[in-house]
Amino acid sequence: MDQMANYIWIIPAAPLLGFMINAGVSFFYGADAPAGLKKLSALLSPAVILVSFFIGLGIFLEMLGHGESERAVSQNLYTWIKAGTLEANATLYLDQLSIVFVLIITGVGFLIHLYSTGYMDHDRSMIRYFAYLNLFTFAMLILVMADNILLLFVGWEGVGLCSYLLIGFWFAVPKYASAGMKAFIVNRIGDFGFIIGFFMLFWGVFHYSGTTNIAFDSLKSVVGSLPGWYLTTISLLFFFGATGKSAQIPLYVWLPDAMAGPTPVSALIHAATMVTAGVYMIARMSFIFIATPFTLTVISIVAALTAFVAATIAITQNDIKKVLAYSTVSQLGYMFLAIGSGAFTAGVFHVMTHAFFKALLFLGAGSVILSAHHEQNILLMGGLRKKIPVTFITFFIGTLAIAGIPGLSGFFSKDEILWKVYSTPNEFFPELPLFLWLTGLITAGITSFYMFRLLFLTFFGKFRGDDEEAYEEVHESPLTMTIPLMILAVLSAVSGYIGLPESLGGQNLIHKWLAPVLALKEEPVVNHEMESHLMNLSILVSFAGAFMAYVLYILKPATPGVIAKTFAPIYKLLYGKYFVDEIYEAVIVAPLLKIRLMLNTFDHKIIDAFVNLTAVVTKAISRLHGIFDRVFVDGAVNNVATFTQYQAGIMRNLQNGSMNRYLYYIVGSFIMIYVFIRIL
Amino acid sequence: MNFLFFEGISQNPNSYLILAIIIFCAGIFTVLTRKNIIGILLGIELMLNAGALNFIAFSFFRHESADYSGHVFAIFVIVLAAAEAVVALAILLAVYQQRRSVSTDDISDLKG
Repeated sequence: MDQMANYIWIIPAAPLLGFMINAGVSFFYGADAPAGLKKLSALLSPAVILVSFFIGLGIFLEMLGHGESERAVSQNLYTWIKAGTLEANATLYLDQLSIVFVLIITGVGFLIHLYSTGYMDHDRSMIRYFAYLNLFTFAMLILVMADNILLLFVGWEGVGLCSYLLIGFWFAVPKYASAGMKAFIVNRIGDFGFIIGFFMLFWGVFHYSGTTNIAFDSLKSVVGSLPGWYLTTISLLFFFGATGKSAQIPLYVWLPDAMAGPTPVSALIHAATMVTAGVYMIARMSFIFIATPFTLTVISIVAALTAFVAATIAITQNDIKKVLAYSTVSQLGYMFLAIGSGAFTAGVFHVMTHAFFKALLFLGAGSVILSAHHEQNILLMGGLRKKIPVTFITFFIGTLAIAGIPGLSGFFSKDEILWKVYSTPNEFFPELPLFLWLTGLITAGITSFYMFRLLFLTFFGKFRGDDEEAYEEVHESPLTMTIPLMILAVLSAVSGYIGLPESLGGQNLIHKWLAPVLALKEEPVVNHEMESHLMNLSILVSFAGAFMAYVLYILKPATPGVIAKTFAPIYKLLYGKYFVDEIYEAVIVAPLLKIRLMLNTFDHKIIDAFVNLTAVVTKAISRLHGIFDRVFVDGAVNNVATFTQYQAGIMRNLQNGSMNRYLYYIVGSFIMIYVFIRIL
Repeated sequence: MNFLFFEGISQNPNSYLILAIIIFCAGIFTVLTRKNIIGILLGIELMLNAGALNFIAFSFFRHESADYSGHVFAIFVIVLAAAEAVVALAILLAVYQQRRSVSTDDISDLKG
């Protein structure tokens, strides 16, 4: 038994190996590696992820064979930091929560790697791309397998770095490069909160309970001794960190811009895995969050706002990837909504289903973009369903799933969240759950609407591109791209059934699987009747959204323009994304630049003046030193020389070249020596 | 001192020493006063022989019949003088060939 547990280390090591090989080749050859090596890289990179996936699967199967409390496995690799009594180990830890993430990361990650081999086939820097992608997978696995906060932070920063590298992958285009920087900087703002949070946690844990063990298991048992306000501050800071990585208000602005990267990257990092790191982190530390109802309330409100705001923006966007990006922000809002209600299992469930259908949608979008010769504007598409049937069908399934059409995965996870939101009472505002639920419900309708709008504009109606030739040239993507689409489509359709709610006669397996390792609120009163009513309502809303999209974009394609004109201010507000970027520009960036100018002036006027003054003073002192040198030091040296010369002038007279004289000296000297010796 | 060979010579050591002094002083005088280098060399020879005479005299009057170290020294001095004369005359010839003169007045290039 448990043989697989000894091989945990392979899970992160395999992608790391892939990264090192790819990076080495990429470093050695630059952009223009031989075609053979590219083929090898395209073979190796998905393969290493597949290895990790199978090891993860093996461990998962072994876990299934154990009782609830014996499922966690860990492996200590080495002691990483040892400072006083503080000890941070590089320990890999897998329990019911992290194995779910490992399987999502490696499973979806493998499919996206596979897809990338087709998508990036013609890119010069394909090997560099795979190096980054493997490194990302490694960092993400470290993040979810970390045994303590510090190691988690390594992964946390690692995925941030890879995200930056991949968003700016085509760095020759300044816009893309700056999108990468924007993502990195915005993430750093969140990370700042996160760092402060865990410094406070270290200090608090040490101060109040005397322990310095920072492993999650140990923290779980000691956080109870921390005072409430302190814990609330920590959890708020952690949540702030999560808003950066998981794109919540106020730090979501980087995610839509992150679409500058290659589309598979958007699918893997900015939809399926990295952005859910915040959800994972909070779920991992659920024992802190559950103890701080204030933070949970804040999370709920922020999450509901994010979900709603992002969904409304998505209605008006015309870039296929932008729509999906805002949809991702909105869906992340749902996950945090679940967390805010203390329903961590529902949140993780939605992470999983979202990973499937959002990866599917992004990969589908990538396939569309590639087929349409790098056209991303959905207004210039249309009627593509006949040309690219596989992409269309899979994209359609993804749309159904995210829109919450019953029977597909999105419906179950979203409904679970909505039900938990509705049924969990709030200590501070008794009416809040109702508002949150209502917001969630409306957002679900909007989601359904904008997703079907996207679907209809892209695949139905007539082609609206420049000319017929372009339409004729649209072609289905290669198998390496369509196979992942098909697999993800199947998963998007069926993965919901592992969370089948009890009100529909299911077992809610994922809830039972995760519940032992998460701190959960007390189960709300079971009311299957009410749950069914709410479920019917949300089904109705989903279909209403889809129907509205059908009416507006298929039956009467002229109406959207009329509506946009009638409600011009609202349309402009939404189309301009609430002008959040502009507001940040005006409120934060511009003042910062002003301060920069002020500091510049300060530098020039004060610091430079000071430096110059120092220079002048130094020069004056040097001049004095110079005089001293010339008069005293040089004087002494020269006088010694002069004196020696003077002496020599006297002495040279002795040596006049006359041999007789020398002989006299010799004889005289002998006599003098004799006399001298005698006298003494 | 009953050797037949030595009968008829002075048994007083002082007479030999006085002779040596006279020869030595003659040598010094010659060295100091001559301007001709050959003359100076002659003076040096005189001084060397005065020294050798002293060695013989002291050795002879030490009343130790088996010790001939003084005599050995005298022979060394003679050999030394011969060698010195060879070198000095060789230098002298070289100087003469170059300057056509053996006067010390003409050989004063080393003055400071």
